[in-house]
Amino acid sequence: MDRSSAIAHAILVAAVVVLAFPLYYAFVISTQSLDEVTSLPPKLAPSTHLFQNYADAWSRVGMGRLLLNSAIVALAVALGKIVISLLSAFAIVYFDFRGKQLIFWMIFVTLMLPVPVRIVSTYQVVSVLGWVDTYWGLTVPLMASATGTFLFRQYYRTIPDSLAEAAQLDGAGPLRFLWSILLPLSTANIAALFVILFVYGWNDYLWPLMVTNSQEMRTAVIGIDSLIPRTSQLPEWNVAMAAAMMVLLPPVAVIVAMQRWFVKGLIETEK
Amino acid sequence: MRRAVFRNPWLPYALVAPQIAITIVFFFWPAFDSLRLSLYRASPFGDRLIFIGGGNFTRLLGDPAYFRSAATSLGFSLVVTVAGLAVALLLASLANARIRGLAVYRTLLLWPYGIAPAVAGVIWLFVFHPSFGVLPYLLSFVTDYQFNWFLKGWVALTLIVIAAVWKQFGYNLAFYLAGLQAIPGSVLEAASVDGAGPVRRFFAITFPLLSPVTFFLFTLNMTFAFFETFGLIHAVTQGGPGDATSILVYRAWRDGFDGLQLGYSAAQSVILMLLVIALTAVQFRYAEKKVTY
Repeated sequence: MDRSSAIAHAILVAAVVVLAFPLYYAFVISTQSLDEVTSLPPKLAPSTHLFQNYADAWSRVGMGRLLLNSAIVALAVALGKIVISLLSAFAIVYFDFRGKQLIFWMIFVTLMLPVPVRIVSTYQVVSVLGWVDTYWGLTVPLMASATGTFLFRQYYRTIPDSLAEAAQLDGAGPLRFLWSILLPLSTANIAALFVILFVYGWNDYLWPLMVTNSQEMRTAVIGIDSLIPRTSQLPEWNVAMAAAMMVLLPPVAVIVAMQRWFVKGLIETEK
Repeated sequence: MRRAVFRNPWLPYALVAPQIAITIVFFFWPAFDSLRLSLYRASPFGDRLIFIGGGNFTRLLGDPAYFRSAATSLGFSLVVTVAGLAVALLLASLANARIRGLAVYRTLLLWPYGIAPAVAGVIWLFVFHPSFGVLPYLLSFVTDYQFNWFLKGWVALTLIVIAAVWKQFGYNLAFYLAGLQAIPGSVLEAASVDGAGPVRRFFAITFPLLSPVTFFLFTLNMTFAFFETFGLIHAVTQGGPGDATSILVYRAWRDGFDGLQLGYSAAQSVILMLLVIALTAVQFRYAEKKVTY
C-alpha cells in the first residue's frame, strides 16, 4: 500500500470512529444501571441492564404505539407523496392542457416555503377540517411540497419521446403507458424518494408536536420527551438512551439498507 | 422543451388534482392566512381578532430580542454549514486516493443522517452533561472552567452546533469524496507538471470543479440548520438558557403556541417567508454566475 492510500484509510477510519462514538456511548449508557450511569469516571463498557432499561422505556411511554404511529406517518407521507407527485409530473410532462403554466407554477412555488414558516396558519386550517390529533392531520399537510414532482419531472424529460410515440402506435393509452412503461423505468427514482421521505416523515418534529395532543397520537421522536431527565428528576439517562436507541434504529436501518438509492436521489433532487 | 404526446380533455386535470388540492388547502390557504393574521391581534380573552394594521410588525422590529434571535439563527446556520463543509472538504481532499472499500466507508459515514435532530440532541445532551457526561469529565483535567450548558449560553449553543454538525458531517464527507473521485486525475497531473503545488492545485482546480457539490451541500445544510433544528432545540435547550438558543423558527412557534399570540407569530412567519424568498433569489443569481457546471 502506498503512502497516500495509507493516509486516506487513516483519515476515513478516524472519521468513522469519531462519528460512531456518540452512538456507541448512547448504547453503552442504555445497558447500564442508574448507579453506573451516574458514577465518575464515566464507564465506557456495556453492562447488564439492557433488557430492563429497554423494557422500562417501552412501558413508560407506550413505545409500541409511538413506533406504530411513526411507521404509519413515515409510510403514508412517503407513499402518498410518491403517488401524487408521480401522477402530476406525468400530466405536466406528457400532456398539453389549458392552465398548465399556472398549475406548474402553483406546484413549484411550494418548494420555496417549508412548513415551519407558516406554522400557525397551517394548524388553523387543520383544526377547521377537524383533523387535529388524527392520522390525516399528521400526514396530509406534509405532502404539500413539490420535491417529488420536481424529481419525476426531471427524470421523465430524459426519456425519449419516441418511447411514448411507439406505445401510442401499439394502441396503449396514457394510463397504460404510465403503468407498464414509465413506472418500471422509474423504480430507482421511486426508491430514492422513498428513503428521503421515510426519514423525513419519521424524524419530523415540529408538525406532530403541534397537531397532536394525546400521547396515543404522538410520534416516537416527540413521544419520548418525557423520558429525558430534567434537572429536578431522577437522572435515568439509561432509560432515556434506551428510548433514543429504539427511535433512531428504523430510519438508520432504512438508510443503510437502501443507501445506493439514497445517494442517487439526493444528487438528483437538487438538479 | 418536450412535445406533449398524449391528448385527453380531462385526464391531465384528474392527474394533477390530488396535488393541486393539497397545495391549495395546505399551502396557499395557510400562506395567505398568515398574511391576514399578521395584521390582527387576539382580544384579551382570545375570542375574537382585532385589526391593528402593521402593529405586529412595528412591535417585532422594535424588539431587540427579535434581532438577537435573527442574529442567533443566521450565525448558528452559518457556523453549522461553513464549519461542517470546511472540515469535510479538508478531510475529503486529504483522503482522496484510489483506495479499496470506499463503499464500506460510505455506509459507515452516511448512517447519522437518518437520526432525528431531536434524538441527536438527546445523545449529545448526555455527552455534555455537567455532572455525568464524558466531555466535561475529560475537560475537568485540563481546566477548572465549568462547561455547564444549563447556565452558559455559549456552551448550550456549542452543544446544539455539535449535534447538528454530527448529524450532517458524514453525509457531507461522503459527497465531497464522490465529487473528488469524479475529477479526472490527468487535470491535476498536468497542473503538477506545470509546477503548481498541492495548495495551488486545490484552489485553482479542485475547489472550482467542486463548486456544484459545495453549492448543493451549502443549500442543504443551511435549510437543515435553519428549519429542521427546531426539534433539537425543543428537546434539548428549549431556547435557553435565557434566549441563547432561541432561533427564529423556535420563537415563532413559542409565541404562537405557548404564548397564543397568533397575530404576532403570523407576523414572524411573514418575515420568515420574505427572508426565505430573498435568500432563494440571491442563491439562484449567485448559482448562475459562480458555479461551474
